[in-house]
Order: sequence, then structure tokens, then C-alpha cells
Amino acid sequence: MTATLIWILVVLVAIGLYLSWTAGRLDRLHARIDAARAALDAQLLRRASVAQELATSGVLDPAASIVLYEAAHAARQAEEEQREVAESELSQALRAVFADTQQVEGLREAPGGEEAARELAEAVRRVPMARRFHNDAVGAARRLREHRKVRWFRLAGHAPFPLAFEMDDEPPAALVERVA
Amino acid sequence: MRIGIVCPYSWDVPGGVQFHIRDLAEYFIRLGHEVSVLAPADDDTPLPPYVVSAGRAVPVPYNGSVARLNFGFLSAARVRRWLHEGAFDVIHIHEPTSPSLGLLACWAAQGPIVATFHTSNPRSRAMIAAYAILQAALEKISARIAVSEYARRTLVEHLGGDAVVIPNGVDVDFFAEAEPRPEWQGGTIGFIGRIDEPRKGLPVLMRALPKILAARPGTRLLVAGRGDEEEAVASLPGELRSRVEFLGMISDEDKARFLRSIDLYVAPNTGGESFGIILVEAMSAGAPVLASDLDAFAQVLDRGAAGELFPNEDADALAEAAVRLLADPARRAELRARGSAHVRRFDWSTVGADIMSVYETVTAGAAAVAADDRATGLRARLGLARD
Repeated sequence: MTATLIWILVVLVAIGLYLSWTAGRLDRLHARIDAARAALDAQLLRRASVAQELATSGVLDPAASIVLYEAAHAARQAEEEQREVAESELSQALRAVFADTQQVEGLREAPGGEEAARELAEAVRRVPMARRFHNDAVGAARRLREHRKVRWFRLAGHAPFPLAFEMDDEPPAALVERVA
Repeated sequence: MRIGIVCPYSWDVPGGVQFHIRDLAEYFIRLGHEVSVLAPADDDTPLPPYVVSAGRAVPVPYNGSVARLNFGFLSAARVRRWLHEGAFDVIHIHEPTSPSLGLLACWAAQGPIVATFHTSNPRSRAMIAAYAILQAALEKISARIAVSEYARRTLVEHLGGDAVVIPNGVDVDFFAEAEPRPEWQGGTIGFIGRIDEPRKGLPVLMRALPKILAARPGTRLLVAGRGDEEEAVASLPGELRSRVEFLGMISDEDKARFLRSIDLYVAPNTGGESFGIILVEAMSAGAPVLASDLDAFAQVLDRGAAGELFPNEDADALAEAAVRLLADPARRAELRARGSAHVRRFDWSTVGADIMSVYETVTAGAAAVAADDRATGLRARLGLARD
């Protein structure tokens, strides 16, 4: 009788340890998502700032400046629900403005343009990176959260179900193309 | 930035991953970053100042061949000490799925972890069995890098998640500025790779050689690489054997001069390639490339725009293409020009900047790397661990 009790106790403790380990895993994943989201926000904000700076610098022609300014402004002001759409529109605006290599060349030749072009190229390259890392973390957390043990024992607590950040982040080809 | 790089394979054995890590570490050191590489190495091997030995790797049968791996308490303790002493801003693990230092480091660390997946091996049986453990360790990786679109696809299929593609780097100018050697010039076809490794494809080239020599008798085949030379030419008729020259293992300098000298570089590999760094090196040196149409090769050659492709293992197609290219200097000049322009994206200045972007993206909004003390065992779990 005592032996059975001890065995039941041992099994319960083992299950408890396993669940606690899983909860630790989940906690780590949520922390990773938070860090990735912060990094993505930083990159998006940086891209919008550089775009806005370019739009107001007078280097571009007035039409391009207005298109870029509008899109960058909207992206920065967007509410959380409209964020993905606004950021996608900024990507489209950037692609439209820097559609051909001539525009990029023109920008590089302007005073201070070389640095602005480099900064923008860096920003449009990093947004897709940060987004991919974020969505990768979200995917990993979702896979674990959909598991029975997590749902039955409510290991995720009150943490909201993680959502991927979906947007059009295709950079303007003329800008990221590297010809040495 | 303080960067810790983990190399899973023995530093004393030459290999693609080791060279990549060496070049990457030296590139970042030149830019003024602090870099420490943790690698398995014998205690008596001379190591560059930035390499820390994780102890001797043990040969173990793994995944169909004998691999030299590091594991056990001693290695785990060394990984921990390295992490603790390094106080890195980011650690970069190469090949985290091999049951060696990469996995140990993944297991032991917390904070921003970047991982590069080099191979595109289908998931091994051992990995399926260890999947649950592996997944818990791999979840810690904040950013994954695949060396090619092909490697990324394998990664997505087998492990889930996603990765950014950053190709392996090559010092393009080192190859572009090498001095050609006259004795390797004039109707020469080049091959570099292990002679006795069938996947490198030398047998396919040997089957194609009689046809090439029939059409262009002045052609010579230069082979650089280790292996049994007698066996390699065994399939050739006796009178043709003199048209094949074996150079044995060659140094990096000679490799660059070799690629600068030849008229055509042939890569007949039949499989197991996830990137194809040798093609990039050949194009850097301005050698026209003819390669088998493996996924990885097709991608490096820009779907055939920067070099020609032939159907994998088809010796007749290889012979036909080689004869056509050797007879057409204009086409070869065109390939040279396209190749030289195409390889700029593989230069370390581009690749290194991209990898640095990854580091900066993951370190933004995250704490530095530390040894993971949260889940080290029962004692910690039960709240008995000392702080």
C-alpha cells in the first residue's frame, strides 16, 4: 500500500516537473517574441523616419516627396490595427519612388545623399529580417501552445495568443542592388 | 560588439564551415569587434589568438559516417565557462543541429543567439528521436540564417520556422588579383575536390573526358585535391591518361592562381551540396563555370546566367557543353564578365555587413548573452540552487 502511494507520488512529482519545465520553455518563447517585436518596431520606425527625412529634404522631386511623406507619416501615426496596412503602403511608396536606378543615382549625388541612401538601404534591408525573426518566434510559440499539455493545464496563463506581423516588405530593387 | 562564435567541427581538420568561421571572425576583428571562437581542437594544435579550444573531438559513428564530435560533461563545462568569461553581446552558433558544441552552446546559453544552418541534409533518424529535446534547445535561437534558398527550404520543412538567406562569403579580390601560372594555361579544364569522394563527381567528368578529347585533342584536365590518383584514372583508356594532371592538395594562393589560369572550371558534383563556395571562388577568379544543375549550384549561378548548367550525372551533356564552350572564346568571355559582376554579392564586405545587420537586429531590445541558469537541473527547479 505504502509502495503504491510512493509510486503515485513519484509520478505526480515527475509530471509536475515536466509541466514546470514546459511552462519555462513557453515563458522563454514569450520573452523572445517581446524582444523580436521590439526590434521589429525599432526597424519600422527607423525606416519611416529615414523616408520622412528624405521626403522633407528637397532632394526628391515634389511629387515623389509628397507620396513618400504621406506614406511615412501614415506609417508612423497608424493605430495598431492599421499598422500592417500602413507599413505595406510605405513599402509600396518606396518601391514607386525608387523604381529606377536613376532616381537612386540622383539621390546619391545630392549633398549628404550618399549617407541618406545608405541609411535607407540599410533600413529597408533590416525590416524583412526583423519581421522574419519575429514571425519565426511567433510560430514556435504557437506550435507549443497548441499542444494538449499546454492547453489542458493552461500553462500559457493570461499571455495573449501570439500573432504574426504580416506585411509587404519587399525592398526597392534599385536601392538594395549592390554593384561594386 | 562582443561576438562569440561556436564552431562544431575540429579546428585542425580543414572544411568549409571552419574556413567560413575563420574568415568571418577575421573580418569582424578587422572592423574592431571583439571576437572569440569556441572550437574543438587537440590541445597541442597551434590556434589563432581568437580561438578557444573546447577540448578534443571524439570520433563517433553518426549519420552514416564517422563524425568528430564534442559532448559530455567536460565539454558542457567548457562551453559554460566560455559563455561566462566572454560576456558576449551575441553568440553565433554554426550548425546547431549537429550533436556537438553547437547544440551544447544552444542548451547552455540565453540571450541573443544567431544560428547558421550550413547543410541541407534531410533530417536524420537520430534527430527525429531527439526532436523534443532539440526543439527545446533550438527555440532559444533568436535569428536563423540559411546559406542558400535551398538550405532554407530544408530548414523550414524539417524544423519549422523561418530563416533569412545570407550566402557564404568569399574574398573576391584575393581571387580576382591572383597571378595566372603559364603551365596551367592553354586549353585547360579545372576540377578541385576530393578525388575519392564520388559525390564530388570526378567519375562523371572522367566518363565525359574521352568525348571532350576526341573533339579537342589539345585539352588537359587539371585535378587538385586529395585521393587515389591511380583509381581515378582507372576508367580511362591508357593513351588518354597523360592528358590528366594531378596536383594534389594545393594552398589557398595556388588555388587562386589555378582558377585564374584555367579556361573552364567544371563542377560535376552529384549531390550533398548546400551552397557551392568553389563556384563563387571560380567566378571571382574569372573562370567560366560549367556545373551540374543541383539546386544549390543553380542558385549560385543565378539560374544559369552567370555560368552554364548541365543535367546532373549526364556525362554526354557535360562533354557536349564543355566542347562547345572550349571552342567559343566569345561565350567564355561573356561568362567571365557576368560571373565577375555576379560574385560581388558574395564578397565579405556584403556578406559581413548582412551578418552584422542580423546581430544588430537581434541585440536591439535584448539583454546580453549569459549562461542559462534557470533550468540547469532539479536543484534549481526545487529552489535549492545557490545564487
